[in-house]
Amino acid sequence: MWRYAIFGLVGWVSALLISIPAQAEYADVVINNYADAAGMRPVVFPHWYHRVRFRCKVCHADLGFQFKAGGNKITMAKIVDGQFCGACHNGEISWSVENCGMCHSGVPGTATQIHGSTVQRLVAPTYEALSDKKKAQ
Amino acid sequence: MRMIATIATLALSLGTAAATWAADKADNNSKPVTSAEITGSVPAQINVSNANVFNRLLKKDKERNSAPPTDGIHDADNEGTHQLQPPKVAYEGFPTTEFGNYIDWVKSLNGGNINPRYDREDPSVEPIVMDLDILREVKASMPDVIFPHKPHTQWLHCSNCHPKIFKPQRGSNQINMSQILLGQKCGVCHGKVSFPITTKSCTKCHSKPKPAEWKPPLSDASVKNPWR
Repeated sequence: MWRYAIFGLVGWVSALLISIPAQAEYADVVINNYADAAGMRPVVFPHWYHRVRFRCKVCHADLGFQFKAGGNKITMAKIVDGQFCGACHNGEISWSVENCGMCHSGVPGTATQIHGSTVQRLVAPTYEALSDKKKAQ
Repeated sequence: MRMIATIATLALSLGTAAATWAADKADNNSKPVTSAEITGSVPAQINVSNANVFNRLLKKDKERNSAPPTDGIHDADNEGTHQLQPPKVAYEGFPTTEFGNYIDWVKSLNGGNINPRYDREDPSVEPIVMDLDILREVKASMPDVIFPHKPHTQWLHCSNCHPKIFKPQRGSNQINMSQILLGQKCGVCHGKVSFPITTKSCTKCHSKPKPAEWKPPLSDASVKNPWR
């Protein structure tokens, strides 16, 4: 019976801890397509840092990045091959791939998301989220 | 069975008390000085049930532009996290806004605070800028939308939007705010990376006031109402 009480307490405490909002920068993208499964921290891509140095066009038109968090299916093999991040992160335009922890710096288990997006800020779940729930049922 | 219920209730009330305390604590940090505090009078204690608190669903004000180790999505145990540049350092002297990164990126660009490359390697490549404003009339009472191509083409290439997101033809794009909020049309960028949709940013797009004689169209239910 004490188990239930402990579960209740743990539930409340974790709910409190989880509800602390992340204060990450607007438009920080967490990419966790494969990282967690491979035992790496998820990637956090700071949009703000990159837009200070490049216009949107460079990545989203020239390098072929889709306008969707996690929509590019980036793997290290592609990066080493000079695609996606690897077009610049090659030791010439920017630092190279051996600095694993600079990109793979997210809290483990964080879902793929674009942080601070309007959809995240909606109080009520969006239509898409509702339909996802229905699918799960 | 009753014992379980008692214990569960106890745990629940404990949790609620803790939640209230945490919320109070958070409020105290950001609360502006009230008139009572200035005059020194003691405000009457108002006992409102926890279900009816103000701003029940609003998220607490967050710290702006916090550094990666404390921002909640970077892992502070990771060495690389501490190498990353804190946004506040980069934003020094930039024109500010009240939403998004709290930075006016278009002003920063035009004011020379930043000079982002238009080409991956060659810093001297100039963007192909098109200065063409598109007027989009809004059915309801909100001011009409003026879409300026100029700031968009300063950042983007035509192919980013045309023809996949917007057909490059007048009147062929139906846009509404629900679509934008769900991340379609303008919402592909606005609300994710470029300035978000908040109450403070409405007028950035809805910028052309309706003419003085404009009246909101009557709804069908009104027009067809025989008792009107």
